[in-house]
This record gives sequence, structure tokens and C-alpha cells, in this order.
Amino acid sequence: MTAVTDRQKLSYIAAQAADARVNVELETEGMTLNIGPQHPATHGTLRIVAQLDGEQVIRAEPMAGYMHRGYEKLSEVRTYPQVTTLINRIDWLGSFANEVPFILAAEHLMEVEAPPRAKWIRTILFEMSRVANLILFLGDMGVQLGAVTPVFYAFRDREFVLDQIEKATGGRFHPNFDRIGGLKDDLPKGWLESTKSSMDKVRSFCDEMEDLLLGSEIFQERTRGIGVIPADVAMQYGLSGPNARGSGIDWDLRRDNCIGLAYDELDWKVWTHPDGDSFARFWVRLQEVREAAKMIDQLCDGLPSGPVMAKVPRIIKVPEGEAYVSTENPLGEMGYYLVSQGELTPFRLKIRSASFNNVSITPWLLRGVYVPDIITILGSLYFILGDIDR
Amino acid sequence: MAADATTDATAAAEDTEAEEQKETDERREALLSELSSALGDSVLATHIDPGRDVWARVAIDAWAEAAEVVRHRMGARYFGFLSVIDWMPSPFGRSMDSEVDKALGTDGDSGTDETDEPAEMHHGVTGGESRFQVFARVAKVGDPEDHWGITLVSDIPESLEVPTWTNTYAGADWHEREAWEMYGVTFTGHPGLRHIYLPGDFEGNPLRKDFPLIARMVKPWPGIVDVEALPEVEPAADPGTDTPDGSGTADDGGGS
Repeated sequence: MTAVTDRQKLSYIAAQAADARVNVELETEGMTLNIGPQHPATHGTLRIVAQLDGEQVIRAEPMAGYMHRGYEKLSEVRTYPQVTTLINRIDWLGSFANEVPFILAAEHLMEVEAPPRAKWIRTILFEMSRVANLILFLGDMGVQLGAVTPVFYAFRDREFVLDQIEKATGGRFHPNFDRIGGLKDDLPKGWLESTKSSMDKVRSFCDEMEDLLLGSEIFQERTRGIGVIPADVAMQYGLSGPNARGSGIDWDLRRDNCIGLAYDELDWKVWTHPDGDSFARFWVRLQEVREAAKMIDQLCDGLPSGPVMAKVPRIIKVPEGEAYVSTENPLGEMGYYLVSQGELTPFRLKIRSASFNNVSITPWLLRGVYVPDIITILGSLYFILGDIDR
Repeated sequence: MAADATTDATAAAEDTEAEEQKETDERREALLSELSSALGDSVLATHIDPGRDVWARVAIDAWAEAAEVVRHRMGARYFGFLSVIDWMPSPFGRSMDSEVDKALGTDGDSGTDETDEPAEMHHGVTGGESRFQVFARVAKVGDPEDHWGITLVSDIPESLEVPTWTNTYAGADWHEREAWEMYGVTFTGHPGLRHIYLPGDFEGNPLRKDFPLIARMVKPWPGIVDVEALPEVEPAADPGTDTPDGSGTADDGGGS
């Protein structure tokens, strides 16, 4: 092919942007800066090696793999009910949400459908995972920028949500509550009321964050125009979820491809922001927490009665077939490509996790930025190491 | 104002809801014919899961061109993932855990033990000829009225070389690095095939079926202890009912 490829175009744009920002008149000696693997800004063990010219990044290379646990291999020797205990630990801040697409894929191949009540409870817990996950982001973003207070509020108010998840599932972090055909148990008594009151706390937390961070001049200075991702670049790298919506892509799997969950019966909005910078990504997530609280209220009010488990065989064998099911997880599109050959274990389980794609854009994105902005950009992309390394 | 660009989710859902069943099938048929018209004979097999998903297997020579076609002509600008699958049946089965399967009778349905039979490859929905296949998923996003994804599959020849997609989808970079180290498949034209997860001196390709999971070969999964505690449930168990499950987790069926 003689035409200029998209990759060349992208690197050309990036190089131009870097050149424009690097001050060529004051030539300085290059230096290599190693960030991580143990660094507060990396949410775990991501290592970033940045080559600097003065204060500016010439080239940055993230290095993953310090926490690779080989779930794709392990799931090939585990039975279907056992796999959910593994995939709980992919995105550990929103663990229930990890189980859902896998269960939906298996249910699709088995031609089993969960009863309506199970679908609704799944949706409630799914959104609660989102709230638990994104609340921490909202506080954490402050820490990345040197504002220490918000994260204390985040941990305080996230506790209300985790308590509710624990009451329903027995696990704060790793519920392992979703089953092929429904859910392990019904909700405990009085759970819906206490959930609704915890959502009030979530809403007041969002208002607090808006006052503390969004309105702050320092916050705006440090996030506006930092780490701008154009929509087309975002799509090429497979950015999904709030990162894509922060670049103005009007795409939400909850609305566009709602399978097995109750989103199409709710009244809610997909928020997008056209700027594509760190501020936009923060803003979209803030709105999504509010939207999730609104959805949980509606779900609690309209929860249908009935069983929470469909009839499934005692021993689960998934018929031969292939299915890809993805859902809109807190971090973005989380999908499982499940290949079954009619046995007790998956034949192949490809885990498409959101953070892997979200972080793969960083070599492109970090060219030409200043060192403190690395932290801002990584913070605003918001990844969970378990979601990169799987 | 500009920051508040929103779409009413429920309205969009209602529009597509009624037409979902038939309309999307036609939509997916149209996608496949568009792909075929661009690639000609290179489209070897297709499969549609009505209302949900679509697959197409293309010749390996057309792998890179297929990416160009779906991205530029069909509008699938969103890159989902790219990976490889090894269709060889595992020579190890479930290793130590298969003993547990036999004891529980969970392995007895087919009456055969997979590990004894000479392995035969069952390719997936789009068939295939080679042991390794590369598959990738791309999607059209951003338009609530027309949202679809397609999985492209291709047989990998003996040389284990696959043309890279990084010229079309920059995001394929990391995915190809992962597939390279996990399966030993080389992506020709990739700007830098380096290890992404594994240490640089790692030998072997872990996700190949003939790469043993050593931990499981010397010691069964500790979780099977749970199974041993449930023998009294066994006699009453009747396949097809939702009595408490014995397959290794606290998977009690609920219900009545």
C-alpha cells in the first residue's frame, strides 16, 4: 500500500505535537525517568519508563505484567461455576460487574434465561459496582493532583455501598453471587430501603466532589486541555466506557446492546463530553455516578417478584458454540469471548478487559506532555491493574 | 451547553426494540454481503447468530485487507480485541481434577475419557483447517440506531505468520504482542514484538494447549475439598433438577 496508513498519520500528528511543545532552542541532555512499578499513581504495579527532554516526555512506555495471573489459561481447567471466582478478581473495585458478561455468555449458549427478578437484581448490583468503583476514582483523581481530602470522603462514602453489597452477597470485594440461570440468593429483608438511603449519601458525595474539585481553579488548570484524545484515535485504540464518552463518542452498551439486564426499562441518560481531555473524563464519570444512583432508585422501586433462579441442570455443561458478550462495566467494555466444546470447562475464554485497551493508548498520549501531567493523564484514564494484567 | 450533549436512552431503546428481531438479521446479512463484495472469494465462511452477532472467516492473505474494509468501507472504527485460539484438544484434560470428575460421575455422560482418545479438532462456528486461528472483533459505535460488532477469523498457516493490523487499528499493537508471546504467532510488519506480560527470558507459549499448567498437574485445586464434604447429597441428586450442586463451589440452585 502506498497510501499513508492511519498509524503513520497518528504518529505524524503525535510527533508534530511533541515537536511543537518541546523547546528546541534550549537543548538539554535527555534523561530516563522510571515511574513504578510501586507508585501511588499507578494503582498497583504498572511501570512507566519515560524518556525526558527537560521537563517534557519524548517517549513513554508503560510496562504491564507485574500482576499477570493467567486467567485465560486457568479458566480452561475450571468448571463454569468455578470460573466466576477467578473473574471476580479482574477489576476488583467493581467485581460483581465482571461476572455478569461471562454468565450471560454461558446462559446464551445454554439457552437459559434468568427470571425477571434475577435480571433486575443483577442490574442493581451491577450499578452498585459501578458506584463503588467510580466513587474511588472521583476521590483518587484529587490525590493525583495533590488534593488529599477528597479521597477520604471517597473511602467514607464507598463504605455505604460496599456494606449493601456485603449484605446482599456476603462479600465486600468478591461477591461471586451470579450464577448461570440467576443468582445465588434473593435479597435480604429491608435491603431495598437501606440501599435507597445509601444512594442519598452517594448523591451528596457527588455534590461534595463537585464543590471540592470541579469548581476548583487549580483542578481546572491541571485537567483542562491535558491529555486530549480525539474521538477517532480513541476508537482506534479501543477506548471504551467513560474514556470514550469523554471524547464525545455517544456509545453506551447499556443502551445500545442491552442483553440480559434491565436497562431498557429505566429512565436514564448517556452523558458525553466533547472535549476529550482529563477534565471531560472526570466530568463524565461524575455524571455517571449520579445516573447510577438514579437507576438504582428506579430499580429498587420497580423490582418484580418471583424466583431468582431458573431451572438449570445440576452439572453445568455448556453446549458447543461460540459467543461474545460484553457489558458496560465501570471501566468500559468488558467482554468475554467464550468458546465451548460441550464440556465442563470453557475451551477458550478470551477476556477483553477495558483497561488493557485504555492503557495501550498511553505511548501515543504521553508524547510531549510535562512530567506532572503524566500523573494527571494516568489518573484520568483510570485503570485497574487487575483489569490490564488479568 | 455543548458539554451537556446527551441522548435519551429510553427513546432510542424503544425505536429499535420492536424491529430488533428481524431488522438486525437483515442488517447483519447486509454486512456480510458488503464484506464479500469487497473481498470476493477471500471470505471463506460466515455465520450469523440472529439478533446478536456475526462472524466471517477470511483467507490469511486477505487478513490485513479485511481490516481496511471493515474500518473504512463498513465503518467499524472501534477496535475491540485481537487474539489467537489453539484448536488442538488439550492432551492433559483437567489434569488432577479429572479424577474428581470421575468420582462425581460428572465425566460419565459421554462414556469416554477425552484424554485417551486421539485428539480431533472441532473448529468453531466458522470452521477452519489449521490448528491456530487468529480472531479479532471490531465494532461500529457512536450511533445508537446502528450498533453492531463483527468477529473476523482467519486460519494461520504452518509458518505461524499473520499480517499485522497495526497499520489499520493502532490499538492492535498490544493485542498482537500478547498473542505473540502467548501463542508464538508472529505478526509480520508489527513495529515491535516484545513481551508484554511475561518476563523476557520466558520459554514457551503458555496459552498453547500443549503447554502444561504445572501447578494443576502436581496438586488438585484445593477448592475440591468442598466436594468431598457433600457425599450425602449425592444419592438424592437427580440430573435435571436444581438440588444443591456438587461440582465444586457453593453453587446451590436456589428455587424451590
